[in-house]
Amino acid sequence: MFAGLAIACSISMVYHKNPLYSAISLVGVFISLACIYVTLAAPFIAAVQVLVYAGAIMVLVVFVIMLLNLDEDKPLTNLRYLYAVGAVLGMTLLAQTFFIFYAVTKTPNTPVENSTAGLTLNIGKSMYTEYLLPVEIVGILLLMAIVGAVIMSRRLSQPQIELVKAKEDFEAYQERHDY
Amino acid sequence: MEPNLATYLGLSGILFTIGAVGVIYKRNAIGMFMCIELMLNAVNLTFVAFARYYGDVTGQLFVFMVMAVAACEAAIGLGIFISFFRNKISVDVDDASILKN
Amino acid sequence: MEQVIKTVFPIVVLFAGATVAFGAVMGVVAYTVLAERKVLGWLQGRIGPNRVGPWGVLQPFADLFKFIFKEDIAPDKSTKFVYYLAPIVAVTAALIPMVVYPFGPPIISVDWSFLPFGLGEGISRLPLVLAQIDVGVLFVLGVTSVGVYGIALAGWSSNSKYSLMGGLRSSAQMISYELAMGASVLGVVMLSGSLNLSDIICAQIYSPYKWFIIPQFIGFLVFLISAFAETNRVPFDLPEAETELVAGFHTEYSALKFALFFMAEYVNMFTVSVMCVTLFLGGWYVPGLSHIFQFGTIPYALISVGAFFLKIFLFLFLYIWIRGTLPRFRFDQLMSFGWKFLLPVAIANVILTIVAIWAWNVMGWSQAVPCSN
Repeated sequence: MFAGLAIACSISMVYHKNPLYSAISLVGVFISLACIYVTLAAPFIAAVQVLVYAGAIMVLVVFVIMLLNLDEDKPLTNLRYLYAVGAVLGMTLLAQTFFIFYAVTKTPNTPVENSTAGLTLNIGKSMYTEYLLPVEIVGILLLMAIVGAVIMSRRLSQPQIELVKAKEDFEAYQERHDY
Repeated sequence: MEPNLATYLGLSGILFTIGAVGVIYKRNAIGMFMCIELMLNAVNLTFVAFARYYGDVTGQLFVFMVMAVAACEAAIGLGIFISFFRNKISVDVDDASILKN
Repeated sequence: MEQVIKTVFPIVVLFAGATVAFGAVMGVVAYTVLAERKVLGWLQGRIGPNRVGPWGVLQPFADLFKFIFKEDIAPDKSTKFVYYLAPIVAVTAALIPMVVYPFGPPIISVDWSFLPFGLGEGISRLPLVLAQIDVGVLFVLGVTSVGVYGIALAGWSSNSKYSLMGGLRSSAQMISYELAMGASVLGVVMLSGSLNLSDIICAQIYSPYKWFIIPQFIGFLVFLISAFAETNRVPFDLPEAETELVAGFHTEYSALKFALFFMAEYVNMFTVSVMCVTLFLGGWYVPGLSHIFQFGTIPYALISVGAFFLKIFLFLFLYIWIRGTLPRFRFDQLMSFGWKFLLPVAIANVILTIVAIWAWNVMGWSQAVPCSN
């Protein structure tokens, strides 16, 4: 049921030209995936999925869409061959999917009984012992992303602003004198 | 039908395909960004499914990593979109083909 | 036949519990609205609503009927589907956290064997909570953060500049203060070693200081302030700011859809009050009550539930009191307050807690807490 919901939402995401509709559909995909994670005995991952993806990333995306007041997506004009590329790629991936679907039927088909892997305690334990290095790397990556985002979205650096202001003042002064 | 590992992998594959095709069809940078997020989620689904069927914590842990990376990507990507929009009044990737302003 | 009854019975019990919880929350919400108008009236030297019923106690019902019978207007240029979706999202996201509220202690003294068909077999305890979710705190934070879509989409779909401004402000505000909120909860989670709300209450009972507000006072203040911001209440009600934006995101909404937004706001207030009480004030726990009544008996449970609601009313009153007292922030002040003051303070609190726990472990003062709800 959630799988069907996820597929429907993702198709509608790609189909809609309006970015805001796409964003809403994507939120639908995320929430249905979170429900699937709960059925897969991973409540922690499900909660983080809702919190991070639906709660933070997509809110940011919606915020940016509203801030920039984007219009509809234009159809391809000069890159028409991309349609063909997309179709071929889609077909290949789908074929691959079905191949996997049949190949996997031979591997373990019953979930491990009483799996404790999804418990917050176990995730935390292995996160800070066995996988400490990846966690540290991800932390540094996040820090770099924060700094990068701040620098990127700054308008102009201070000296540049002063230059622009000085130029404007000068032009205004000239105008007054011409008058 | 009782879902098994193949079901989850199939679902993940379908979602990944939709995301990949979407990246190619969308001309809008934010749309492409969302398709990439969809692909990442499809991969996450395989991680969680394998973690469930092998009773191992590693899969779930790497989902966590993927989410952190996706958050970085969102922050940086949206920063780029905003500064690009300030210069071009559009977020179409076709308009980003010029290297100088 | 007996088999059918046995399978249906737990579902029926669950539904009955959900109905009771829903009714309690809705009743509290309805009377919070009335209390807000009354208290605001008193604060401003007025009487408040006093026409419908004695002292105006029937006012919420009058309001409800008014909302239902008003004409339902949708703006001509609005995006209809999203316009109708937004209030539903808002109210659903506000109501879902209800399933993890720990209303009271489990009742374990009652013998259920009097029930027919052997239904009472194996039932030793009746927990006064709908679902024991292992990640309760994250669940509540996550689901309430979905509620911002309701506001943002309402602002966008109304196709009005005031609404759009309100929606934009709201999404920016929610993202900013969610970080501080999450970081302030971390201290409590570390002290109790669990994300389950019932386990957190249990950890508080066994801890030497009974309520986490004592070791986590900074965290409590940060949580309270960011909770005000998350629920869009004065002094952080920038999304609706009636002096600047007419009514913000719900300018174009009328009748029942407006009522849904209104309800979502008050249910959110209730939710953050529950979180405040559960995380910092010991939830339903009354210190010393187990000397009078035995744990698990019905009077113990009743008094505990009463204490739980009393604590919540305290917070709801605080909300109303602050609304009647403080002016509104400016938007840049709001942002710099959240990012430059609240978030560093919350992170400092987390670091302080880590150091304190480490010191306690080194000194050998910490003791294992027998919590397994």
